[in-house]
Amino acid sequence: MNSQASLFQYILKIADNQLILGHRLSEQCSKGPFLEEDIACSNIALDLIGAANSLYIYAAAIEGENKTEDDLVFLRSERAFKNVLLVEQPNTDFAYIMCRQFLFDTYDYFFQQALQKSNDQTLAAIAAKTIKESTYHLRHSGNWIIRLGDGTPESNLRLKNAFTNLWCYVDELFEQDAAELDLVAQGIAVDTQSIKTQFTSHIAEIMQTAGMEIPSGIFMQSGGKKGVHTEHLGFLLAEMQSVHRSFPGVKW
Amino acid sequence: MNSLKLDENQLIENFEAKLAKNEMIEPKDWMPAQYRKHLIRQISQHAHSEIIGMQPEGNWITRAPSMRRKMVLLAKVQDEAGHGLYLYSAAESMGISREEMLEQLHTGEAKYSSIFNYPTLTWADMGAIGWLVDGAAIMNQVMLQRTSYGPYARAMVRICKEESFHQRQGYEIMNVLASGSPEQKEMAQDALNRWWWPSLMMFGPRDEESPNSAQAIKWKIKRETNDQLRQRFVNQTVSQVEKIGLVVPDKAIKWNEAKKGYDFGEINWDEFWTVVKGNGPCNKLRIANKIKSHDEGAWVREAANAHAEKNNKTKAA
Repeated sequence: MNSQASLFQYILKIADNQLILGHRLSEQCSKGPFLEEDIACSNIALDLIGAANSLYIYAAAIEGENKTEDDLVFLRSERAFKNVLLVEQPNTDFAYIMCRQFLFDTYDYFFQQALQKSNDQTLAAIAAKTIKESTYHLRHSGNWIIRLGDGTPESNLRLKNAFTNLWCYVDELFEQDAAELDLVAQGIAVDTQSIKTQFTSHIAEIMQTAGMEIPSGIFMQSGGKKGVHTEHLGFLLAEMQSVHRSFPGVKW
Repeated sequence: MNSLKLDENQLIENFEAKLAKNEMIEPKDWMPAQYRKHLIRQISQHAHSEIIGMQPEGNWITRAPSMRRKMVLLAKVQDEAGHGLYLYSAAESMGISREEMLEQLHTGEAKYSSIFNYPTLTWADMGAIGWLVDGAAIMNQVMLQRTSYGPYARAMVRICKEESFHQRQGYEIMNVLASGSPEQKEMAQDALNRWWWPSLMMFGPRDEESPNSAQAIKWKIKRETNDQLRQRFVNQTVSQVEKIGLVVPDKAIKWNEAKKGYDFGEINWDEFWTVVKGNGPCNKLRIANKIKSHDEGAWVREAANAHAEKNNKTKAA
């Protein structure tokens, strides 16, 4: 892979994470447990989709095939999406939503912080904008982990189930293939190993405050970054792309 | 007994003198029980309309056909949640709790705008709703910026700013579709056909059949009648329809030079009352969805309360 092609793939990985998680959260709009939280989740969904949009515009420019951000979002099929498995997991209940959010927000906060130092000026600039939002996201989901863990026996149990079932997607966040490591060497991509300690210690701190134990002995899944997804993503894309694909080549 | 009666008369006189001078009534001011009751009903209905109105549009967030449309639609539905929030707060200032209002919504005791009991079937419906439904709502809300109850009037000022943005983006969606491919234009016309009449119904029954109107105008809660607002909406919208090359689905539409406005056909009032009484295509679905998310959120609200109480105790100790 030449370096433009690997940069293109790298941007897609970041953008796809933001888009798919934002999309999942947007499915909850009007379904929140109370009005203020509904607004907060829509707001976070908008942040994520907005960040994805900036990244797709940049990716399209790097690819240099006269494509638009919409082509990348609406005309790629399942295997071409490079998001991690975590973000495509369904909205099983509010504990799953917040657990998924908390794991991703923690990763994303340290990731965006590091990406601001990228040698790639555009990526660094997008990260500098995104980090302000990530800081709020991190506080929002962290507070919910504490509330749900500490709240009632039911909320504690639901949160425990969510952690047990989503923990298998944690390691994939930090996986890097040879092409990405090459970008790390050039100072463009984030060395995910360098943020893993911060990730682990923030997760441990919040979970301890919440009275939750870190799940152990969980077999780790991966594949999303190679385009090998869970069965959930296909349905998400089928829905998301349905109108766009039904009327090829028109303006919206 | 006599002196109490006199006091009440004096209070009414003061209240009416304030209205006569176009002064706002504020939460701590004395107000007639009927005025309070009327406003609680109206503001809570308005809040419920914003909240239930999130569903027909929320239905298309995950299918919006471009990134820009997706972001704008999500932001719009989020705005509506925000409007619901201001309006619930305005109603709370009159002495009713949000829980009570939600209870009334869930049991069917409180109504919301009937327009949201129609289904959103194609992407063009997002254009039609923004343009026509928000457009009709603005007619009403612009008037309500001068309503006599202060918190309601101030909520309306904020809401109107966002609503006019919603209306513009809805019209823009329709414009793009109407000038797009034949299929897109057909989709736009079909949406206009389905939303036109229900939008005219949004202004409520004809003046002679609107029992609460006269009193609401006397109290300066409303400043214009249902028929006046409906006429203004038709006058404004017909030229917008023509401008983008669509056709108003009403053969009786005709400019009337004498009244400087359009004559239009008779609204199907049987349909209007059918939907108001709960038998529209989506009445049951909208409420069932609302109750479902409220019930599914119960354990989350309990957990948040339990955590907050534990925190308070720790702080107190």
